[in-house]
Amino acid sequence: MLEFALSRLLRMLITIFVIVTGVFFATRMSGNAVDFLAGEGLSADQRETMIAYYGLHSSIGEQYWLFIRSFFDGNFGLSFLERRPVATIVMERIGPSLQLLVGAIVVTLVIAVPAGTLAAIKRKSWLGSTIMGAAFLGYAIPNFVLAILLILIFSFWLGWLPSSGNGSWLHFIMPVTALSAALIATLTRYTRNAMLDVLSQDYLRTARAKGLPEDRVIFKHALRNALITILSVLGLQIAGLAAAGNVVIETVFAWRGIGEMLVTAALRRDYPVLQFGVLSVAVAVILINTLVDIAYGIADPRVRLSRA
Amino acid sequence: MVDTALPVPSSKSRRRSGFRSGATAIWQDTNWIVRLTALVGLVLVFLALAAPLVSPFDPNAQSLLSRLKPPLGFDGAKPGYLLGTDELGRDILSRCLYGLRLTLGVALLGAMIGLAIGGTLGLVAGLRRGLFDDLIMGLVDIQIAVPFTLIALLAVALFGGDLHVLVAVLGIAYWEQYARITRGEVLRLREMPFIEAAQASGASTARIALRHILPNIVSPLVVAFTVNISNIVLLESTLSFLGLGLRPPTATLGSMVGMGRDFMPSAPWIVAAPALLILLLTFVIQMLGDWLRDHTDVRLRER
Repeated sequence: MLEFALSRLLRMLITIFVIVTGVFFATRMSGNAVDFLAGEGLSADQRETMIAYYGLHSSIGEQYWLFIRSFFDGNFGLSFLERRPVATIVMERIGPSLQLLVGAIVVTLVIAVPAGTLAAIKRKSWLGSTIMGAAFLGYAIPNFVLAILLILIFSFWLGWLPSSGNGSWLHFIMPVTALSAALIATLTRYTRNAMLDVLSQDYLRTARAKGLPEDRVIFKHALRNALITILSVLGLQIAGLAAAGNVVIETVFAWRGIGEMLVTAALRRDYPVLQFGVLSVAVAVILINTLVDIAYGIADPRVRLSRA
Repeated sequence: MVDTALPVPSSKSRRRSGFRSGATAIWQDTNWIVRLTALVGLVLVFLALAAPLVSPFDPNAQSLLSRLKPPLGFDGAKPGYLLGTDELGRDILSRCLYGLRLTLGVALLGAMIGLAIGGTLGLVAGLRRGLFDDLIMGLVDIQIAVPFTLIALLAVALFGGDLHVLVAVLGIAYWEQYARITRGEVLRLREMPFIEAAQASGASTARIALRHILPNIVSPLVVAFTVNISNIVLLESTLSFLGLGLRPPTATLGSMVGMGRDFMPSAPWIVAAPALLILLLTFVIQMLGDWLRDHTDVRLRER
């Protein structure tokens, strides 16, 4: 067990190291590092200050060391646009992003697990195919298209919901819907498949044969076993999907979270913010995936034996 | 007694006739939804190819006199502008058609680059094993671990919104899927007797790869390719939507939606038309990809 967890953690560290290195060299290679980190149009004096501030006069090796060290002392430089430390800006943005994410994950779990279970049990009936059809639609519709259509209908046509900002609970409805649609679709499909796998197992036939009522068979014997797989999928797939989704949804709804910050930074070429923002989201996703993977290994011994 | 020693047809003719009867059989047990989707897909491809011929206007031609005209059938519509005009008086239908052309073209190119990179690396990893395998699969793991949207954001911001940057970004977006599929198939196939026979008769690794392994892994790769095109269409339109695609005034479906957002309260048709077209496009490709996968993957068939 310990060996499995350690190998996962080692792999995580290697991945993070490669990403950090990749971002460092990509940003240093693409032209002038001073313009890149300090912004263009500075006076000669300001340029000197910035070169000293970022240690750009030193060798590439030393710069790399500085870059790595910044992850430990939390000094990631200043935003061009706001002239404030990047770390402060990112910290401010985490809260709103998390609110949106937690909302989307709760909605996803509440809808997808029952829907997927139902689709597996009623696989041959119209109910099953309707659920899977809806899941297909949810998966095929791009999140920004969904968001735009929601705004057109509910904000500008019906006038029911606010089209941007994050003031009241009403503001949550459309962003959470747009963000969770793809997650619900994905998890419904996985739940259905996991349930179908479990439903064909011998121990379910045994449970039925000894006369247990059907709902007990489904909920106590089948769903419980399927849930391990389902939750690990939620953890593994959803961190990535949600990180990508957040970028789009927050931009559409002017939600002041990490995703909106990243897009603004990319559009306005605010590289210090972009560089650190991308890295922190990537590290968060990798961290979550590793933890889920280890948890899955603890919950299901077959996993750690086959993957270790 | 039945003569069991039937004449063996040459491999080429056998493959071709096998494919034809397979295609007919697949078409026959296809339901009307898939047939309709395939038809719509063909129409979309035709419109993309023929955009310069069928577009009523130059997609970038501005006209101050016909700004923000609604689609035909609404109050204030201007004859000739079927889907209305945008804030610069450009014809939305023409821009949609050119946008479709660009989106599909770029997606196809990106998917082919991904296939070339991923297929080659997967083939090398599977055949050579050892260090190559570890390195390539390590890269695959990293690519899976990091949400690609983040890498795309960074790359476009760093290297600018040119066509070749966009194509390169889309090209490396999903290479790892092809690499995994190819490697898995190679590992399975290399244990097969016919590969052993080829090795025993002195065929080089390159020959085995090209003549014996490649033809056998085409079908899973075709499925992955189809599914990927929809992912790439999605990625491209998302980047364009966010303003990180090609520079204006080039029309792409995503950028039309992105730029039109400011006019949503007064002129919703500017975003509605391209948004619905993106929806149709991803729906069609996804549907065909799913259907293709269900038909080639025997394990899924009974579901």
